Amino acid sequence: MKHSTLKLIARRLLHAVPSVIGIVVVTFLLTRALPGDPAVYFAGPAADEKSIAEIRTALGLDRGLPEQFGIYLKNLAQGDLGVSIGTGRPVVTELAERLPASIELTLCGLLFALSVALPLGVLAATRPNSAVDHLCRVVVTAGVSLPTFFTGLFLIYIFYYLLGWSPSPLGRLDFVYVPPPHITGFYLVDSLLAGDVETFRGSAAQLILPAFTLGLFALAPIARMTRAAMLSVLSSDFIRTARASGLARSKVLIAYALRNAMLPVLTTLGMVFSFLLGANVLVEKVFSWPGIGSFAVEALVASDYAAVQGFVLAMAILFVALNLTIDVLYTFVDPRVKMDS
Amino acid sequence: MREFFKHLRYVIGENPVTAVAFGLFALIVLLAIVGPVIAPFDPLASDTNNALQPPSPEHWFGTDQLGRDVLSRVIVATRLDLGISIAAVALSFAIGSALGAYAGFFGGWSDRIVGRVADTIMAFPLFVLAMGIVAALGNTVENIVYATAIINLPFYARVARAEVNVRRDAAFVEAARLCGNGDMRILAVHVFPNILPPMMVQISLNMGWAILNAAGLSFIGLGVRPPTAEWGIMVAEGATFIISGEWWLALFPGAALMLAVFCFNLLGDGLRDLIDPRQRT
Amino acid sequence: MGAGVLPVLKYLPAEAAGRGDTLVVVIGDAPNSMDIHRKGTNRPAYQIAVNLYDRLVTYGNKKLPDGSVMYDYTTIEPELAESWKFAADGKSVTFKLRKDATFWDGTPVTANDVKWSFDRAVSVGGFPTVQMKAGSLEKPEQFVAVDDHTFRIDFLRASKLTLPDLGVPVPIIINAKVAKKHATKEDPWATEYLHKTPAGGGAYMLERWDPGQQTVYKRYDKWKNGPLPGIQRVVVREVPSAATRRALLERGDVDLSLDMPAKDAKELMQSGKLKVTGIPIENCLHAIGLNLNIKPFNDVRVRKAVAYAVPYEEIFKAAAYERGVPMYGAKSMKPATAAWPQPFPYSTDHKKAKALLAEAGLAKGFEVPLSFNLGLAQWSEPAALLLQESLAKVGIKATLDKIPGSSWRSRALVEKSLALHLKNFGGWLNYPDYYFFWVYQKGRLFNSMNYTNPELEKLVDTTLHMPVKDAAYATNVKKMIGIVFEEVPLIPLWQPYLDVAMQKNVDGYAYWFHRQLDARSLRKA
Repeated sequence: MKHSTLKLIARRLLHAVPSVIGIVVVTFLLTRALPGDPAVYFAGPAADEKSIAEIRTALGLDRGLPEQFGIYLKNLAQGDLGVSIGTGRPVVTELAERLPASIELTLCGLLFALSVALPLGVLAATRPNSAVDHLCRVVVTAGVSLPTFFTGLFLIYIFYYLLGWSPSPLGRLDFVYVPPPHITGFYLVDSLLAGDVETFRGSAAQLILPAFTLGLFALAPIARMTRAAMLSVLSSDFIRTARASGLARSKVLIAYALRNAMLPVLTTLGMVFSFLLGANVLVEKVFSWPGIGSFAVEALVASDYAAVQGFVLAMAILFVALNLTIDVLYTFVDPRVKMDS
Repeated sequence: MREFFKHLRYVIGENPVTAVAFGLFALIVLLAIVGPVIAPFDPLASDTNNALQPPSPEHWFGTDQLGRDVLSRVIVATRLDLGISIAAVALSFAIGSALGAYAGFFGGWSDRIVGRVADTIMAFPLFVLAMGIVAALGNTVENIVYATAIINLPFYARVARAEVNVRRDAAFVEAARLCGNGDMRILAVHVFPNILPPMMVQISLNMGWAILNAAGLSFIGLGVRPPTAEWGIMVAEGATFIISGEWWLALFPGAALMLAVFCFNLLGDGLRDLIDPRQRT
Repeated sequence: MGAGVLPVLKYLPAEAAGRGDTLVVVIGDAPNSMDIHRKGTNRPAYQIAVNLYDRLVTYGNKKLPDGSVMYDYTTIEPELAESWKFAADGKSVTFKLRKDATFWDGTPVTANDVKWSFDRAVSVGGFPTVQMKAGSLEKPEQFVAVDDHTFRIDFLRASKLTLPDLGVPVPIIINAKVAKKHATKEDPWATEYLHKTPAGGGAYMLERWDPGQQTVYKRYDKWKNGPLPGIQRVVVREVPSAATRRALLERGDVDLSLDMPAKDAKELMQSGKLKVTGIPIENCLHAIGLNLNIKPFNDVRVRKAVAYAVPYEEIFKAAAYERGVPMYGAKSMKPATAAWPQPFPYSTDHKKAKALLAEAGLAKGFEVPLSFNLGLAQWSEPAALLLQESLAKVGIKATLDKIPGSSWRSRALVEKSLALHLKNFGGWLNYPDYYFFWVYQKGRLFNSMNYTNPELEKLVDTTLHMPVKDAAYATNVKKMIGIVFEEVPLIPLWQPYLDVAMQKNVDGYAYWFHRQLDARSLRKA
């Protein structure tokens, strides 16, 4: 790697540090600001004063806030994110299991969105202000104008309940299959690695509806950005030169214009990806997807401090890493781009 | 003023989609104003003997699980939803762009601080942050507005900062300075209006997001308090009735919500065309 | 699509290939532990204790007029214990354990295992210990392993609740040898191990547990403590959305859905395509609580006014969808029987309500927040909305306050700070005195009304351990009910059904007080 790229990475990481610190502090305070006493919640039914006090001590909630924060930081430094009271398992384990589920779903949704929005954006850019352009705009905007849980339930109603075309919305894998041995956590990848085509098909089938629901939401930003970027590239000098040189239209469009328009699209993709990861919450509830979103909601409602803190921290770090990757990719793709602070 | 209307007519004429968006927006504002007056039934009056009736001549949009008229509730909800989206966006626009403009113009420490705060907020999974804020503060309309405003702040700050930064050394700014204008005046009167066009799109997109946000929060149970009529909570409650065949509970408020968000999304392009001085004829 | 052909099952044992051997169940909330004794274990985890572990005794069955089956709390039947005898002096009971019972690892079940398990239950604290206390099972000294197959419990006091308390999910019998192998000095009861891995001898074993997704049981074919279950494999799947659960059931992709929303139960019953049973949950009421520590609910006239302003019929129709037993409209302030729950002598009468308010000096009405648990919004939200509307007619302005789960328990039950709220409580042991103990006695957890009445206190204390056959029992209970009829700190709305829907070929479902699925009695026709 180039020296300047390394310097870029280092500088970006350094920049990210205050943000991460801010996130850690804000999350800690936010969870403590949540109403409800987790000790009461988890002392369970028929618990009396004594058992609640016992649980409170066991959870360390009877100590002062600064002390609790100190303990949290100490554990954090050792990679211990605490135990989720709701599921009784270490938060790290929960994240390790649920994050791949959400990422797999989001990636599939993004893939679907790309396969539809990119061509639409290009199409709209080649015929600006025409009927086709307006139609494209209307279609993608419609996709982003509906709440995801509404689209999800409606799709389930039509494609599962009425038509019986899609498999039961039971989660990642129908019960007749056994999950493939864990390598990446992505069922699609792991099942192929294990050579199990049946399970691959099963996982893919379960992914169709939720990925479609999620992807609908991402159509608009991608299509818009593609269209805008293509428009500005198509009017640039080098395209004019390419056309004047007599190159075939499709070659100009795909090989030259699109390649150059990809840069801002790439940035948008990153933003869309992290936005989708957060918006997963609602889709996961409807499709019984055991992902990070449903975990976060349950943890929030139950005032499960460790779980909420762990979740937010994981997402924040993911976001920082994602942005960094995109920035680095940028420098590889476009040597003109200089990264300033 | 006449100039403005002439320009407005030109913009609408150029782009039929914008025309539709503006028209729809006007309709929404109208409904928000006269809604409670023209609603055929009291949106809060229950009638359990007539619960879950499909659309009929008496109840155009049918009745919900407590026998309340869905049409009336959808109409009356217009005011609340428009209010939520305008309030949330106005708040985040005002604060965010002010902060961002200041940071972009003056640079230095203000730039660094604003940047860090914006990054911190943006690194949160936004919907979860909104959930957290509402859960912590309580689910009232005000808190939903605040939560939405907070999570949208960084966008405005970033865009404002970038745009102001680009124009900071422009010729017209130099000219204004030479005329004796102070920095703050230059920022407020000369630079700021120029950065509005790119923000317009963001504003209208955010208005749509604000409503969808409220709907999502309602689905989790952190939305507005019942029995308030609000599109989002009506869709959230109605969604669970789809499977049992009572589709009208979710469809009509969902359609209203979709039309509003749709309208806001398309509005942004039109607004930008309207305000951008470079597009003046 | 649906209950059709299964693809090749590479990892499942060949015998399980037939769908007739597997039961697929969907629930809304998944178990968060395999150990009912653990702190923080949630309700759904009780099904593990019910299906995977044994107890000394269990309850019998009885058939209801409409053909549905429920447990019979008046008959105690053997499970691990073949027989039992009360000592002549009434101070202890001795159980003879089955000699051929084994744990899953093949080792015999001995009285030492029972003692260790019971010691654990009363020592770990929290809910399990409290539940054991309800049956006067409090100290490890009470439990004696006389020999390998004889177990004795010494009483602290004579109580009709002791034997029934042995049949609740809590006093499970754990394989002490396995557990002790995984115990440490900091963790003498092996909670870390048993949390993830059950060690028992129940009719079902754990095949796999994917937390938050599914739990799968497979039958322990060498089970001796009861008739062998008819279903070989049970898959319990978590599906958070009730609408999705209904869709799955109607399409035939799952066999049974536990605890359906009332509306779905009513409609599925009418459609005739599935089997739906609704059994009134014993000793359970959906009710309105009024906080006597918050004015003006300290004035009984105000409380009565509220009781007359409740729109009972509408609530029963729109919130309960008539899936329950109405608890209003009785004719007399004096209860005729000692049955519990029974309808309270109040019905909707706005005139009476207004008159009472005027008497209390509140003719202009007052404002009050009306709180309910977000987790129970399915019935409490429509009920609250209707109540709000009706109270407005007598000048009481109520604002709805939806409180999320963790906050609810603190505010409603621990701090007891909610003025007007919707609540629910169901006691496992089906005795009115048990209900009154938890809900009406001073300072008890479920007494969210801050209600105290010295006469009632004494009555409950005396009646709690009194045997039902005692002549004074019925009189006492009637007196207690009469007091709360008159004082009405709690306004009952209805006694809810536990609605369960299943495919027509699923037989043997029985309602249990713990409201979990006891899969051991199920068969597929």
